[in-house]
Amino acid sequence: MSSKNGQTDMNKSGASRRTVLKTAAAGAAAAAVSPFMFNIARGAGDSIKIGFPVPLTGPYGSEAKEQARCAQIAVDEFNAAGGLGGRMAELLVRDDKLKPGEAAIRTQELIEKDKVNFICGSLSASVQLAVNEVAKARGVLYMSISQSDKINESSDFAKTTFHEAMNPHMTAGAVGRYVFPKKGKRVAFLLADYAFGHELVRGFKREGEKHGIEIVAEVKHPIASKDFSAFLPQIMAAKPDVLCICNFGYDQLNSIKQATAFGFKNSMQLVAPVLLYNQRLAGGAAYDGVIGGSNYYWELENSIPSAKAFNDTYRKGNEGRPPSDYGAYGYAGVGALLAGVKKAGSTDTDKVIAALESLKYNKYKGEQYFRTCDHQSVQPVFIIESKAQAEVKNKYDVFNVVHVDKGDEGVLRTCGELGL
Amino acid sequence: MYPWDIPAQLWAFQIFTGLAQGSVLVLLAVGLSLIFGMLTVVNFAHGAFYMVGAYVGVFVYMQTGSFWLGLIAVPVGVGTIGLAVERFLIRPLYGRGIDYPLLLTFGLSFVFIDLAKMMFGKVGLPFDAPEILQGAVNIGIGYFPAYRLFLIAAMAVLVGALWLFLEKTSYGLVIRAGARDTEIVKVLGIDISRVWLMVFGIGTATAGIAGYLSAPMESVIPEMGIPVLVQAFVVTVVGGMGSLVGAVVAGLMVGVVMAITSLMAPQLADASMFALMALVLLVRPQGLFGRKGLME
Repeated sequence: MSSKNGQTDMNKSGASRRTVLKTAAAGAAAAAVSPFMFNIARGAGDSIKIGFPVPLTGPYGSEAKEQARCAQIAVDEFNAAGGLGGRMAELLVRDDKLKPGEAAIRTQELIEKDKVNFICGSLSASVQLAVNEVAKARGVLYMSISQSDKINESSDFAKTTFHEAMNPHMTAGAVGRYVFPKKGKRVAFLLADYAFGHELVRGFKREGEKHGIEIVAEVKHPIASKDFSAFLPQIMAAKPDVLCICNFGYDQLNSIKQATAFGFKNSMQLVAPVLLYNQRLAGGAAYDGVIGGSNYYWELENSIPSAKAFNDTYRKGNEGRPPSDYGAYGYAGVGALLAGVKKAGSTDTDKVIAALESLKYNKYKGEQYFRTCDHQSVQPVFIIESKAQAEVKNKYDVFNVVHVDKGDEGVLRTCGELGL
Repeated sequence: MYPWDIPAQLWAFQIFTGLAQGSVLVLLAVGLSLIFGMLTVVNFAHGAFYMVGAYVGVFVYMQTGSFWLGLIAVPVGVGTIGLAVERFLIRPLYGRGIDYPLLLTFGLSFVFIDLAKMMFGKVGLPFDAPEILQGAVNIGIGYFPAYRLFLIAAMAVLVGALWLFLEKTSYGLVIRAGARDTEIVKVLGIDISRVWLMVFGIGTATAGIAGYLSAPMESVIPEMGIPVLVQAFVVTVVGGMGSLVGAVVAGLMVGVVMAITSLMAPQLADASMFALMALVLLVRPQGLFGRKGLME
């Protein structure tokens, strides 16, 4: 439990620093919250603190813990390499309970009480927007590690906002480019009726225009539905070639399971734009043949050295298990952030922003960089197909990487479109 | 989609889908209704028993590889837990208010959920229908999942058996008599507490079977019983607390209403269930088949 030890150390040094701060800021209490004061009060020996709000409890709890474990690996590697001239990094993990309000409070505490230098984390579109809001108002750099289109847009973006995760536009676009020419033009959508589902559909439609797809059905379901059977007959009646299932978590598992039972796989290709590793492990045979997109799959280690290195480190601490896709975001987000710190030679927000804007990094999946206008990480998207249960060699062997959609700014929405 | 845009075949299919969805609700509501009708216990742990049923069944399946064995192990296992709960936790509360057992079972449901998390983890267990029931069957109006057909049949058999037991056996006679007038049954020298014990066991066993039968269609997770509890209560209220026929009719009705609303206005699917309940309560406050005065 290295993170626990880290927290204890943090408390000790935090207390002493707080005393320093109090003395320094005596009589000027109002000014004490300005970032300028922090920088003065922070000695060279202080650790570099990264606040990490993720939903440790709730439906994505196990994925969030995975993100925290992976983020800790990035911190450990940074420290093992000597830190920033001897200044060590530490990760302060907090539970945002998958609620925007809770996340905002935790983020505020991390910034104002724990005096973190940076924020990284979240595992939901709406939660990351809330975290971003708080961080942006306080001029603190936030590295987001879950999918959202809106965070790139002028309404939410600030120069302190970075987005390490892929976004729905990018993911659906890459999957559409692969699927539409191969599997057919009659396309149906089953989508979760909230921002993430709508963003994915928008991404598919935009890519689909280039391929001349015909949309034959678009069925919205409430989030956290148990029974999808009532939504399926109308999709079947529309006779699509491709069904894009635009949802997340157990909604994805349940809808795929039930579509399979309705015999959909006999007449159409099932596509899940964000095809999740852990959901596939929990879902078993129902996923057979489903195609989707992913930021990462552990078998990339056969062709990508940085993936191999990351997997090996992770396996050592985790009974030989490989890391998950969303877990890897934790590693990449914190890793990129610390690479920026190293490059800047400082924890000063503006200097780190400048360093990240010109950083080329390869933490776990190949070359990545942040586009200057929206700080979106330009990165490869992996198109994966779920293996038939009969072909599976071991319990972690669940996907084939069938295509790599190379990272390219051209596939993103233009800066002008985002209002930037 | 407007009703006149929908082809007849899709209508038929949608109604059939609703019947399958309703079958699970019927099984849940039968147990809930039975327990309330006989014991006047509002069992808030019913959803948790549903979840326990799924876990017991999947556990048996993981050990033995047999889906069918689970159909025996689940009612026995969950029923036994139910017996213990009635005997040691609920029985001391008889004669207090209706809210005592309600609060107890409410708390109990969280205990069960946490136990499931501790024993099997927060992430769901993979579970599929047995091979013979996988795939779809042509039912004349289109292909329908074989497993859901099995589900409708299993519900019919179970409810039929329960009806025969209650209406045609001497045990059933005692149970029905106990529900009508506890005092007279006691005067006749029958140990009513044993009847109640049995009823609670049967009620929880059917909840367990409902959970196990749902398991191949959804995710087996510790929280799986929470949303169905609400639906089961709605069905019980619509059908009338304590009525077996009411549970069957209302369960299928709620299933069909939700399926058709999902087709025309998906965002209203959940609300449609409550609208139906409100409508029924306005016309018949005791529910479609409920006896008057049970709540007093």
